Amino acid sequence: MLLLTDTAFAMTGGQVILDGRHVLRGIGLTVRAGEVVAVLGANGSGKSTLVRALLGLTPLAAGSTLLYGVPPARFRQWWRIGYVPQRLQVGGGVPATVREVVASGRIARQRRLRPTSSADRAAVAAALEAVGLADRAGDRVQDLSGGQQQRVLIARALAGEPDTYVMDEPTAGVDAESQRMLARTLATLAGQGKTIVLVAHELGPLEPLITRGIVLRDGLVAHDGPPPQPEGECARPGHEHVHPHEEPQAVARALEGWQVKP
Amino acid sequence: MIELLGLPFFQQALLAALLVGLCAPAVGTFIVQRRLALLGDGIGHVALTGVALGFLTGTAPVLTAVLVSIAGAVTIELVRARGKTTGDVALALLFYGGIAGGVLLMGIAPGGSNAKLNSYLFGSIATVAAEDLWVIAGLAVAVIGVVVAFGRELFVLCQDEEVARASGLPVRALSMIIAVTAALTVVIAMRVVGLLLVSALMVIPVATSQQFTRGFRATMLLAMAFGVIAAVGGLLGSTMSARVPPGAAIVLLALAGFALALPIGRFVRRGSRGRSGKEVTG
Repeated sequence: MLLLTDTAFAMTGGQVILDGRHVLRGIGLTVRAGEVVAVLGANGSGKSTLVRALLGLTPLAAGSTLLYGVPPARFRQWWRIGYVPQRLQVGGGVPATVREVVASGRIARQRRLRPTSSADRAAVAAALEAVGLADRAGDRVQDLSGGQQQRVLIARALAGEPDTYVMDEPTAGVDAESQRMLARTLATLAGQGKTIVLVAHELGPLEPLITRGIVLRDGLVAHDGPPPQPEGECARPGHEHVHPHEEPQAVARALEGWQVKP
Repeated sequence: MIELLGLPFFQQALLAALLVGLCAPAVGTFIVQRRLALLGDGIGHVALTGVALGFLTGTAPVLTAVLVSIAGAVTIELVRARGKTTGDVALALLFYGGIAGGVLLMGIAPGGSNAKLNSYLFGSIATVAAEDLWVIAGLAVAVIGVVVAFGRELFVLCQDEEVARASGLPVRALSMIIAVTAALTVVIAMRVVGLLLVSALMVIPVATSQQFTRGFRATMLLAMAFGVIAAVGGLLGSTMSARVPPGAAIVLLALAGFALALPIGRFVRRGSRGRSGKEVTG
């Protein structure tokens, strides 16, 4: 059973049905602590659903999944997990400052009725610094650009000082500067031995950090191993993967490059 | 007005207005962020049945209102959490049932009358008795206590429910806490602005406040200040003429504040955006 503590995520025969559609059709996936895993695939291939199911945010219709050896419903060490959702929720529009959102990442480490500690404040300051938003700490998150909001979400996860990061498309719709910032942050985390599972439809500057690539196709694992190399048009030096996310044709074109090496 | 301040009934009314002004926007900030702005209305409708049950059974209407509105709030939260499209209709049915049940029971209750019905529907702050005030004060302490104790967790929940779950927060329990706290607030506010206008004091001060603020906590505190100004100001204003109902005066004053805040806030924000404009577009 010692092995289990080494295993961050273990899904066997994972199936998810959303609105009557089989989004995941039997996923077997084990992620060991310290791995940097990219989940790749076309839109609708089930990437986001997979990482959400790994955390128990989306229920499995069949199969099972374990978080550090425990089913998500019985998992208690949530401070170990830093979840970065696809985008910032604006909700009913009540403003919140960048600092407030980042500080909320400490919640799993805080006790009810205990005031904010100096460790909390230091972690929040370090997280803001890491994503280069220290000077925007007092601004409304709603006033930031998309890329900056993505950095706020990453800073929120960093602030909790977890050992396992789950990031849902951290690079989608993000400007080049934010992409480089993210790559630097991830390199530091990987160097510290943190476990990272991230969803992406193109790796860009993150590519050298990835130790393992999982390619999903129609809710099944089509490739599991070294990150697939871009081929053809996408492999040309200087080719910039800056396809607008909402444009299905552009996305399809970007994905043609992800060929499994024989 | 000076002589009025010396009268016990008026002091009680003032205190009730003050407590409502503090509590309603505090809970309202979470409710607005959760897109549940109409939750207060729903609970208010259901609470009328509670009031009428009190008259029918000879118990204090405030107490039966607390019980029935908590039951209503829990039902509403359960329907919301299931997230079915039919939930919308289910909630509407609950609201109609609440009002119709209240009016019917009030009609057959021994002490019930149209005047009593009106006093709960639209508020009757002048008739707040000392024992009502104790209940109101107790509920107000409970509401503010919840906000202080669970504020951090509720902020995460209202910001993003999935992040709250991935942080290990008891999402279901916290959602229930919000619903029940809203129910208590409705009962606090019912004597002051009336069940049909309860929600106004939860929503309007928050909408006014967020014209000026950048942070969540700042929005809540400023909304509480606006809530107190509207509640106390409306009550004092209504003493000018015996024909001005205080509940409506309070809500209209809050609305006037919002109408005034809209252009001022826009102007202020434009000014601050001009200063940091380069960063915003960068």
